[in-house]
Amino acid sequence: MISPLLLSLKLALVTSTLLLGIGLPLAFWLAFTRFRLRFLVESVVALPIVLPPTVLGFYLLLELGSRGSLGAFWERFTGHTLAFSFEGLVLGSVIYSLPFAVQPFTAALASVDRRLLAASASLGASSWRTFWRITFPLALPGIVTGFALSFAHTLGEFGVVLMLGGNIPGRTQTASIAIYDNVQMLDYATAGRQSLTLLGISFALLVLINALNRKRNWRLQ
Amino acid sequence: MSAPAALGVNLHLPLQQFQLDCSFRTQSEVVVLFGPSGAGKTSVLDCIAGFRSPLRGQITLGERILFSSKSGVCLPVRQRRVGYLSQQPALFPHLSVRQNIEYGLLDLPRAERDARVDSMMEHFRIASLASSRPAAISGGEQQRVALARTLVCEPELLLLDEPLSALDLSLKSLLLETLFDWQREHGVPMLYVTHDQQEAYSLSRRVLVMEKGSVVADGEPQQVFSAPASRERAVLSGYENIFDAVVEETHPALGTMTCRVAGTDLMLESPLAHKTEGETASLALRAGDILVATTLPTGISARNILTGQIEVIEDRAGMVELHVLCGKTNFRVHITRGALQNLGLQRGQSVWLIIKTHSIQFLRS
Repeated sequence: MISPLLLSLKLALVTSTLLLGIGLPLAFWLAFTRFRLRFLVESVVALPIVLPPTVLGFYLLLELGSRGSLGAFWERFTGHTLAFSFEGLVLGSVIYSLPFAVQPFTAALASVDRRLLAASASLGASSWRTFWRITFPLALPGIVTGFALSFAHTLGEFGVVLMLGGNIPGRTQTASIAIYDNVQMLDYATAGRQSLTLLGISFALLVLINALNRKRNWRLQ
Repeated sequence: MSAPAALGVNLHLPLQQFQLDCSFRTQSEVVVLFGPSGAGKTSVLDCIAGFRSPLRGQITLGERILFSSKSGVCLPVRQRRVGYLSQQPALFPHLSVRQNIEYGLLDLPRAERDARVDSMMEHFRIASLASSRPAAISGGEQQRVALARTLVCEPELLLLDEPLSALDLSLKSLLLETLFDWQREHGVPMLYVTHDQQEAYSLSRRVLVMEKGSVVADGEPQQVFSAPASRERAVLSGYENIFDAVVEETHPALGTMTCRVAGTDLMLESPLAHKTEGETASLALRAGDILVATTLPTGISARNILTGQIEVIEDRAGMVELHVLCGKTNFRVHITRGALQNLGLQRGQSVWLIIKTHSIQFLRS
């Protein structure tokens, strides 16, 4: 059986990796589009920041359960519901942590000097080459930041997981839920150990990211 | 090498202040696009390079149509084969000098790419910088790298938007030399934007003058600047002294050259222009740029100090015009009434004329 901490780490890793794939194209569009209603899309992306996690969890529970359209669809193909499963947690986490990936991605992509992109195009590079050779490497610090933030944010997720995943040890019981559980059972020693581990991991991650970005910025100046 | 291509431009685009409405054709030559800032020069380049689209019009390069509103063609920037260089070198900061230069050649086989990059770096004398990052080299070196990066792609048209205005003079003339060598060798049309008249004179035989989005004059610099068709250009071109001269000696390291006024022994030191020794040149000098002294000045930075006699004193509205004969050469000099009274200048008196090197400009004949 997988421990709550390992489950949390797995969830965070899967979520932030998926967010890289979903968030980068979305952020690219947000950074470069001239679409007038862009602010509407930005607002939708930012919604999980202000929404109470229980509200998001509640809607997701309805949608992913057997009676929800996505839940019913999933159940027909896999035989089990999305709610109360790891896949369901992943989906919830992706939505919940979306702004934490997309906002740094967008800021980083938008801050790449447009003159460099113009120079790349006039040297005959396709949009694809310009993105991978110029835009992406120059936006990399922001992209790494977005990856780390969404990872850390998913690691600390509580409300959505509780609403959507229940508290099934080995399947949906993440570290933050286990801590809550242990406190409820007055097992402060275990809760304390788990809390300290989460604190350590989150802090170490942020220190690492900041140190990496600093070193890189120093090299480019 | 493909045959040199002609550039045909005809574009209409409403801008914030005025309508861009301009039309011209160039062969494989250097053409200066001259005009005050905000005249729409950069917008014209942007349309040709493909960074913005005119509302109506057509842009052709040789046989190729880059843009045509009639047939709905708008070639993307990367397919236009147009080199663009502005005042900012826009080097990729995360790539080395070498990687910057080879950026446009990534589709070529390794061996050919390396050979072309090597020879270009040799040509621009930047081989020793190959592995440096752009942030670690000087502004002049950055601009050389940017130029090498553009030229190594062998563009069919070169657009230059005041590319050297941030550099000092000697560096600038050196780079221009390299640029013109390349242009002559490849016979590619080149559009050079500037708002500096002196640059316009020294660069090209053909100047297009732009004002408020339109080309208002097209011709040789001398003809365009000395036949002012508008008040604005009359102000730009107030040169009372124009002499034919022969280039005696060039001093590239000092950024100057020595010219002899034709048919006389009078030597003048002028800024370095795109000319070789023995070539003839027309010098232009504003009457208001000449100083008058009654004794030989010493300890002065000006490099041209000539002695002559006042032939004519003519009182004009707001100032006095003197005609001073130095040897066989007559200079028109403008001074104030106050200066005339203070120095007590008389007809027939001997005076010294003081002319700064950089107040001498070239007309290309």
